[in-house]
Amino acid sequence: MTEPIVNDLTIQAATVNGSGSQTANLVLTRAIFHMGIPVAPKNVFPSNIEGLPTWYQLRITPEGHMARSDKVDILVAFNVATWREDLKTVRPGGAVIHEEAFSTAEARTDVTYYAVPFAKLAKSKIQNDTLRKQLANMIYVGVVAGLLGIPWEAVEHGVRRQFLTKPKAVPVNLDAIKVGYDYWQDNFSKQDPYRLEPMQGVVEGKVLVEGNQAAALGALMGGVTVVAWYPITPSSSLCEYLVAYADRFRVDTATGEKLISVVQAEDELAAVGMAIGAGWAGARAMTSTSGPGISLMAEFSGLAYYAEVPVVIFDIQRIGPSTGLPTRTSQADLGFVYTLSHGDTKHVVLLPGTVEECYELARDAFDYADRFQTPVFVLSDLDLGMNLWMTPEFKYPDKPLDRGKVLSKDDLERLAGEWARYRDVDGDGVTYRTLPGTDHPAAGYFTRGSGHDEMARYTEGADAYARNMDRLSRKLETARHVLPAPLADEAGAPIALIAFGSTHAAVVEARETLAASGKPVDYLRIRALPLSDDVAEFVRRHDHVYVVEQNRDGQLFDLIRLALPAELVGRLRSIRHYNGQPIPAVAITEPLMQLEAVPA
Amino acid sequence: MSTALNRAGLARDAYKGAATTLCAGCGHNSITNHMVKALYELGVEPHLLAKMSGIGCSSKTPAYFVETAHGFNGVHGRMPSLTTGAHLANRQLIMLGVSGDGDTASIGLGQFLHMIRRNVDCTYIIEDNGTYGLTKGQFSATADLGSVQKKGAVNTFQPIDPCAVALALGCSFVARSFSGDGKQVVPLIKAAIAHRGTAILDIISPCVTFNDHDGSTKSYSWVKDHEESIADVSFIPFFEEVHVDYEPGTVRDVQLHDGSHIVLKKLGEDHDPTDRQAAIKVIEEGRAEGHLVTGLLYVDTKMDDFATTEHIPQRPLKDLSQDELRLSRDQFSQFMSEFA
Repeated sequence: MTEPIVNDLTIQAATVNGSGSQTANLVLTRAIFHMGIPVAPKNVFPSNIEGLPTWYQLRITPEGHMARSDKVDILVAFNVATWREDLKTVRPGGAVIHEEAFSTAEARTDVTYYAVPFAKLAKSKIQNDTLRKQLANMIYVGVVAGLLGIPWEAVEHGVRRQFLTKPKAVPVNLDAIKVGYDYWQDNFSKQDPYRLEPMQGVVEGKVLVEGNQAAALGALMGGVTVVAWYPITPSSSLCEYLVAYADRFRVDTATGEKLISVVQAEDELAAVGMAIGAGWAGARAMTSTSGPGISLMAEFSGLAYYAEVPVVIFDIQRIGPSTGLPTRTSQADLGFVYTLSHGDTKHVVLLPGTVEECYELARDAFDYADRFQTPVFVLSDLDLGMNLWMTPEFKYPDKPLDRGKVLSKDDLERLAGEWARYRDVDGDGVTYRTLPGTDHPAAGYFTRGSGHDEMARYTEGADAYARNMDRLSRKLETARHVLPAPLADEAGAPIALIAFGSTHAAVVEARETLAASGKPVDYLRIRALPLSDDVAEFVRRHDHVYVVEQNRDGQLFDLIRLALPAELVGRLRSIRHYNGQPIPAVAITEPLMQLEAVPA
Repeated sequence: MSTALNRAGLARDAYKGAATTLCAGCGHNSITNHMVKALYELGVEPHLLAKMSGIGCSSKTPAYFVETAHGFNGVHGRMPSLTTGAHLANRQLIMLGVSGDGDTASIGLGQFLHMIRRNVDCTYIIEDNGTYGLTKGQFSATADLGSVQKKGAVNTFQPIDPCAVALALGCSFVARSFSGDGKQVVPLIKAAIAHRGTAILDIISPCVTFNDHDGSTKSYSWVKDHEESIADVSFIPFFEEVHVDYEPGTVRDVQLHDGSHIVLKKLGEDHDPTDRQAAIKVIEEGRAEGHLVTGLLYVDTKMDDFATTEHIPQRPLKDLSQDELRLSRDQFSQFMSEFA
């Protein structure tokens, strides 16, 4: 046997969708996390309720790398349909736990096999007829625990944590895991190098949160009161978490009244329409969608932009165009969302790169929307939104809610009713609004998506139109200087990376790899559109700047090129990953090294 | 014009809006005048009124009444979603939606149905002329089978009848009227506003430019000749005493949510406005006989409206304080610890 490999391995469980495998995967994840070992799970699932193949990748590294790995060390093969293909993904020297009935004839000889009669064990050892299929998955958790040396105490924690709200389910699941655990002890001796050992100092103070959970909490802390949505993967869980959190935190216990309204709309048109209606009437309002849903919201987004109505729109990106790959991740909505709607339109777009930012930017999006009276898009993606990520605990907000420029009855009295809805009093492009219900004869105005003058009156006047559009540009320019600035990590390297969103995890790892091989690279992470002036300055300080993103066309690359002075454009290069799988670090390091080898 | 002050302390002029830009003689202008009269007589406080609309000739009209109220002229066929959202943000507002036949029965049919399904508390007026005026006279989905276009084309499709559709869905208030029949339109608008739930008021409103010729079933002359009112409608607001001096058996009196009454004096066949199947029947029979049946077709005062179903407080959600909206520090740290 070779040298032990401790706490540095990737487990891939290949199972059948709808069989309860995800619960088993999460128990395993939580057990290992409980040992103080960093975990990075990626769930690769089909658009299907039951029967199609699904994979769960659990990456374990002592450094806490969060990106997907393209190498599998330990395969748990539970799905006969994908067995042969799954076997090919294992790295030489890896371990394969598989159903005994799967044939290993003519299979690879450079991996270690552990054949387990899962089906027979489930039949003979699990007494619960109705839950047998689900519990059968737990048996593999026990085998993996045995194989890697996960203490039973950690397994117990994993089960208890996973069934936090269903404590009754704990014993039956533990019994099933014990079947696998015992089977390992009784039948196998360790033949592979992989081990897990408790760690200290890396995961302390950290929690495991999905981006959509984080965004739901952020929205709640941002004071959302009207939510309208239409179910669509991968955004649905955001609003479902919000419903659950609202039931817990937004019910007036004295009256039973809900201090929030969450409406499942008839489609995405209605969902965004309700949110805009609510934002117009003064609520903190939002919707959340993905894929085709964001296309349907284009017309209303233009209305909210032009009529200047605050609203927060989450787009949890998935692969397009059209239905695309509904359960695969992507960053290909960036260009579309930035100018969503016909006509000259440009939006504020927030780009969280971590789950902590999913929380913070979701929360702050409501302030930006009110402050700039415009739709604010929060662009997350399936990888960030639906996978568990290790994160520091989120911080309690240190600022009060910012409701923007709203004139009250008292304000109007002080102004003797002299105001105009679209008059740029402060020179920042941001005008004052009143809310329906304000008890002053001068409060009312007519909001419209058609041409309007400063008084909000209908006009087709050429000058009034152009003046208003120029002011909207000025408003976005004001916003540009206030939005979250790019985060730079620089040490004077001649080359650099620029990325946004969930690509961050792979960039962090790629930089470590590159630095270790003598090629340190600087890094700038974009967190909002329109782009900050910092981007051009960053590019100016580097010879080559690689823009890394998860779409085919280099959408951020294009936006940066447009924003750069001509003499800097040639410094930009593009690295794109767009197969629906979360980008691994190697998808950055390899093309970067290749392009670096090419003379400029 | 009356200078008398209503219960809001306002003269009738306070309910006027900008000058209309619609064609002279347009039915919609009459409806605007009926709206002014109804809102003035009800004593609606302008700041509590939210005038909502979609796109089309009809949807321009909210600019032509109660100029001091807030209004929102949104996108085509989507007035219901904007209205639903605004209502959820502030239940105190009186939501008054104005739409047209294209805006409702074609591009907006989905939102129309779903608003009814939820029973959102609002008045939904359809200014129904069977034609697309702004785009110069194409048939709309409410145009009757066999109705003739100005240039001679004949409509070959069955109409979508907004009232029949609303009744099929169990809409809590369904009425039809004619823009030229102010005596009926005004009390129906008042009743629709007093009703708590979605009140659909389909008002046939002739387009003088594109659909007022012989062969049209939405022309002034056709409607005048074929209108068959099922009952005389009068509205007694909650702030006035009810004087019923009719002979027993000749009237029906329905009390609405705010204590107002709608009193229906029967004209021909007795119609029970709380009987949904009877309402569907009366529409179908009218159609078979070539009549346009008008009046209060159906009302259900017991159905909960959307905000009630959703347990939203009476005070506006928009007014909730930061302390009510955010988790406390203790709640927050407890919640975070659960992710460990």
